[in-house]
Amino acid sequence: MTAFIDRWGAMVVDATIATFQMVTISLIFSILIGLPLGVLLVVTRNQVGASRLSYRALNVVINTIRSIPFIILLFALLPFTRFLVGTSMGVKGVIVPLVIFTSPFLARLMESALLEVDRGVIEAYQAMGIKPIAIIWHVMIREAKPSIILGITIAVIGLIGATAMAGLVGAGGLGDVAYRFGHVRYQPEVMYVTIVILVIIIQLIQTLGNTLSEKAKKD
Amino acid sequence: MIELKQVSKTYETKRQAQVLALNDVSLKVKKGEIFGVIGYSGAGKSTLIRCVNHLEKPTSGDVFIEGVNLSEKSKEELRQIRQGLGMIFQGFNLLKTATVYDNIAIPLRLTGLDKETIVKRVNKYLSIVGLKDKKSVFPNQLSGGQKQRVAIARALAHEPKVLLSDEATSALDPGTTDQILDLLLKINAELGITILLITHEMHVIQKICDRVAVMENGEIIEQGNVVDIYTDAKHETTKRFVESIFPSKTPIQIIRDLQNRGPIIDLTFVGEVAESPSLSVLSKKFDIHTNILSGNIVQLKNQPFGRLRAHIEGEEKDTSAAIAYLKEQGVLVSEVTDDDSIY
Repeated sequence: MTAFIDRWGAMVVDATIATFQMVTISLIFSILIGLPLGVLLVVTRNQVGASRLSYRALNVVINTIRSIPFIILLFALLPFTRFLVGTSMGVKGVIVPLVIFTSPFLARLMESALLEVDRGVIEAYQAMGIKPIAIIWHVMIREAKPSIILGITIAVIGLIGATAMAGLVGAGGLGDVAYRFGHVRYQPEVMYVTIVILVIIIQLIQTLGNTLSEKAKKD
Repeated sequence: MIELKQVSKTYETKRQAQVLALNDVSLKVKKGEIFGVIGYSGAGKSTLIRCVNHLEKPTSGDVFIEGVNLSEKSKEELRQIRQGLGMIFQGFNLLKTATVYDNIAIPLRLTGLDKETIVKRVNKYLSIVGLKDKKSVFPNQLSGGQKQRVAIARALAHEPKVLLSDEATSALDPGTTDQILDLLLKINAELGITILLITHEMHVIQKICDRVAVMENGEIIEQGNVVDIYTDAKHETTKRFVESIFPSKTPIQIIRDLQNRGPIIDLTFVGEVAESPSLSVLSKKFDIHTNILSGNIVQLKNQPFGRLRAHIEGEEKDTSAAIAYLKEQGVLVSEVTDDDSIY
């Protein structure tokens, strides 16, 4: 046990931190992109004219990106990533593909959360002469908060899964450690430890998500 | 106050078919009155009330609020106008995630009122609807009637001139319905707010409305004072609504039997006449016997209204003298024939 910690401890801790970094940074950007996209999907749905076109276009774009597995997206985006952040390697290099991978997924989750909001409440606020932008924030997003939190929880877990591939561009992380040391160099104990850590993290995140969502429900 | 001029609304459905929800509807709601629109579901009532505050834009025709033509207004101006038109709904439409207090305060804040005014308004209107002690409760902990009270307070807190009610009592039980109707009467009387409501319950019309319009297939088929509609409904649908309050079906066999021994008459009383004992006077004054088949007396908003179906047994000359006497007393009398019996 001590021997294991002495030999691998520092590396596993570093890897955990790297995973957290990647997940947190990509999550923030994904919410900033995904939530507005989700709103856009909902407000342009069942509309006529220009809105209808933008809904269809957005739909196609989201479906296209979501058809590509992350490991392929990662390589396909290499030139774009290099152009955007100057490098395609390391944590910095993996954030761009992670955000592009997660945002459309999150947009879909936000869309379904927002669609649950009672149309009648929105209508009541329209009838009171409230600005559309205020209705989006104070009615739609507010009322959908419990589902939005659950949606973000799902996205975080998906993100953690995707970061396992980050090692391929040298970004490290738990998945990378499990693959390189556990599989390639055949040291199964390293793999088992990272699996246990991942399981614990996922359990904690899901529990946290459920609790926060329940709290936001207020009933 | 509110005027609809030849308003029509067609919806395009997905299969390119057109649905005519409103067909050339015109009506005028006077300042300070309670105007009811009644109709079965699918008659176009909901579309009508949504055209009044332009939640739905009419396909043709104009809506005037205090002389202002809404169709000429920009989106931004419409928003401002809507703040002066309160609306309540069948489904209450409250925020689930906000307390009673916040449900009223949030929309006020979003219309740009200052904090002090908001606190004052919320407290004032919560006490008007009788829910001052529920301020920090969430809607899910309230009964249907209480939720509707919160919705009413929310609408009133904007101090509107008009309150639009979209089937506000349809989801409530009869007792709660009456409480909400009493509250609407109070709001109308004490705050002078004009009310336009839509409903499918004649009870609502009877209890609080001054005037009524009956809708069918997107058209207004009859409108007038509630009393006039009760006493003299012209259209079949209107009659059916009135009769929902007076279930006066008499089996046809009984009618035929009784008719051999004297006429069957429907008596309609309005106002004070409804309270006088016309029938018993009748049997004392004339050589006849009266037999009541069915009857009911209800309270309209401003006066009692009664309807009685009775059989008068006696010689022809006595019965016609008796009927003439009733007419003199201000009672509306109509003789029942076989075909009238089946409503």
